[in-house]
Amino acid sequence: MRNTLRMKHITKIFPGIVANDDITFELRHGEVHSLLGENGAGKSTLMSVLFGIYKPEQGDIELNGKTVEILGPNHAYQLGIGMVHQHFKLVRTFTVLENIILGIEDTKFGLITKEDARKRVLELSRKYNLNIDPDAKISEITVGMQQRVEILKILYRDAEIMIFDEPTAVLTPQEIKELIEIIKRFKKEGKSIVFISHKLDEIMSVSDRITVLRHGKNMGTFDAANTTKHKLSKQMVGRDIESPKLNTKPHLGEVALSVEHLSYTSKASGKPILNDVSFSVRKGEIVSIAGIDGNGQTELVYALTGLLQHDSGDIILNNESIGHETTRNRTLAGMAHIPEDRHKHGLVLEFPLEYNLVLQEYFTDRFQTKGFLRFDTIRQHAYDLIQDYDIRSARGPITNTRSMSGGNQQKAILAREISRSSDVLISVQPTRGLDVGAIEYVHKRLINLRNSGKAVLLVSLEIEEVMNISDRILIIYEGEITGELYPNTTSMQEIGLYMSGAKRGG
Amino acid sequence: MMLRKVIRFVQNEKLVPVYSSMLAIVAGLLVGFVILLLLNPSQSIQAFFTMLFAGLSNGPTSIGNVIYFASPIILTGLSVGFAFRTGLFNIGATGQLLTGGYIALLIGIRTTVFGPFTWLIALICAAITGALWSVIPGLLKMYKGVHEVVTTIMMNYVALFLVNFLVKQTIYNNLKNESLPAPADAVIPKFGLDHIFVNSNVQGGVFIAILMVIIIYVILNKTVFGFELKSVGYNKHASKYAGINVKLRGLQALMISGAIAGTAGAVIYLSDSLTFLKVQNTLPTQGFMGISVALLGLNDPIGIVFSGLFFGYLIVGGQKMQIFGLSPEVIDIITGMIVYFSALAIVFQNAAKRIFRMKAVDE
Repeated sequence: MRNTLRMKHITKIFPGIVANDDITFELRHGEVHSLLGENGAGKSTLMSVLFGIYKPEQGDIELNGKTVEILGPNHAYQLGIGMVHQHFKLVRTFTVLENIILGIEDTKFGLITKEDARKRVLELSRKYNLNIDPDAKISEITVGMQQRVEILKILYRDAEIMIFDEPTAVLTPQEIKELIEIIKRFKKEGKSIVFISHKLDEIMSVSDRITVLRHGKNMGTFDAANTTKHKLSKQMVGRDIESPKLNTKPHLGEVALSVEHLSYTSKASGKPILNDVSFSVRKGEIVSIAGIDGNGQTELVYALTGLLQHDSGDIILNNESIGHETTRNRTLAGMAHIPEDRHKHGLVLEFPLEYNLVLQEYFTDRFQTKGFLRFDTIRQHAYDLIQDYDIRSARGPITNTRSMSGGNQQKAILAREISRSSDVLISVQPTRGLDVGAIEYVHKRLINLRNSGKAVLLVSLEIEEVMNISDRILIIYEGEITGELYPNTTSMQEIGLYMSGAKRGG
Repeated sequence: MMLRKVIRFVQNEKLVPVYSSMLAIVAGLLVGFVILLLLNPSQSIQAFFTMLFAGLSNGPTSIGNVIYFASPIILTGLSVGFAFRTGLFNIGATGQLLTGGYIALLIGIRTTVFGPFTWLIALICAAITGALWSVIPGLLKMYKGVHEVVTTIMMNYVALFLVNFLVKQTIYNNLKNESLPAPADAVIPKFGLDHIFVNSNVQGGVFIAILMVIIIYVILNKTVFGFELKSVGYNKHASKYAGINVKLRGLQALMISGAIAGTAGAVIYLSDSLTFLKVQNTLPTQGFMGISVALLGLNDPIGIVFSGLFFGYLIVGGQKMQIFGLSPEVIDIITGMIVYFSALAIVFQNAAKRIFRMKAVDE
């Protein structure tokens, strides 16, 4: 089969790091070729080189047998290369059609004409079964639909090479299945596809070939038919990955956190979000709250941590009611929290790492005297945590937090929250967006915490995670706890039924 | 080796912005030169160099004048820059300056009980007034989400006409349509500055400016309070989650910013250099000038001292433009250009880096 695209011996060097080290990547006509690698392995850099955003120090790009110099993203589009970005680039107040034609509008006497465009968009939508309504506003359609608009955008621009950058990160399981079907249809129509991900399941189900990158190097290209997830993950991480599991029975202590008849109604919409939620977490166990996104998990966590005031019910931490305390007082009373959105709630990205590591403690006597910060102890604290939690960064304590990788940012939050040895840790999707190695790390830490007699509440959307590392599973559906299950006596299928609301009770 | 030094220079996070501010100044001055060339071709070169060196031409006298013009704008710059650092855009320095300045003059002129300390009491009251004047925008911002740019700018006009009215009622010199002068006890002492910078307009206000710069520097960089203010400025959500009272800190930040601008008012009017509160329909320039000073000074207290002095230097240069039949407003245009270019600083940085990278590749 002929190669549509060849990137030959690409080397891209940034100050202090070789992001791409002599990478050769070939994309055959009509294949799905996945790029697999941990965060920071060089996938995005390689694609940025392809789009002319970075100029490589070495190497050439060949398109259909001819060496080309790609000058920038627009030039790449002209050459038939299109990319569906992880973070969508859509105008929310525009319609689907307007977003698709944005930048290449047909005009007549200086006025935009949309009729031809509408016909073509509908045609493309039908051809690939995308089910798009061209007149819907972006702000009114689901994330999955928004992604399809992004796909239509590049189809409309006649892309022959389609690049999907972490396309499943934002999708629900159902949407992921549909996306994979769509990609297979593109393949049948002769498009060549690059699929970037670090999720092995998807990669195995969609790819013809897989190229693994690690630390900027090409670790080999494999036929999907002749390899296994295990082999791939070993190539990706450089060692065997074990998914940590709970091996011992919990040593249950007293009740650390207890939620009693918690209810909350949205002030804006008047919709009940949490309805009479009650549960408790004891010391020495990991309790998971599983559910499909948007069933009240976020509000429940906000209520627990004091970011939101609930309407009725109470929260008891170590036998004391904290339901009406400030966030600060809850923290001091022994609650630690790994928030869902680490960039929004977890970190002040502009701060150096050492400041973020004391974000919950800077006001204590250890880090201040008479209102003045004690920079020596802050620095020492940072060195200690960096060592203990293996937080990697370019410049240690003074690294700008924004410049750190997602995995290391999460490690920083873990370090900060766990090192305070609070009795209760509320951990919300702690592995979201992390690569395999970092997920393993986070799970190990949570299990250690449980084994050392702390209470862990894990809010997760991933059934596998829930099955692997919880002692008890609570299902949340439409703001209610609809089931309590135990990993030994339940199955993923059963949890799935509970999560979708098809089953309840028990 | 040389190349490595250059790399280190360009990559030093702390130096790059300074470097681009310098570039902005050079670019602004070049445009200024072109303007001079258009306005007065025959004398443009002479005028340009007069402007560039007027701040030094008469030795201590010129320097004294530079300091005189720089003092209030260092304060308004500090006011704006401090607010920036805490995530707020205080365009209301003008109003806070006017109300603060008025109260300072009122106390200075109408009280005698404080004797030689009248100026100090007046100064403190000016700061308090400036702080109180920003309470309304602060409360609206924190509790109702009304953007401070809108509210502070409107408060400027309220301040202007309120102060006009009050000056007429209380401390009016109706022969000149302006306030009465500050009596001797109300003038900020110069502690001998006028003997160093003889024949200049230099005022004791410069001490107040330096003191405020030090205080703000310490608050921002050394204290728990400053840590919280910056945290709120960078990321409200994470701050809230870390247990910081985000609304209170935001309000406090705007009040401190107002207090600094209030002292700027006192520094301007508690002087014996014939600056009076004029009853007029235009806002005094020092308030908005603060935005420029803060921008060029990168919102850093120390940077603001330098950029304030630089703008003061340009103002002195501007006054000499009349020799060449040019109005001092030429300087405003050049100042504007410099601010414009410093807003484009990122372009300068990228351009510099791009040129640099191409060189590195060629080697």
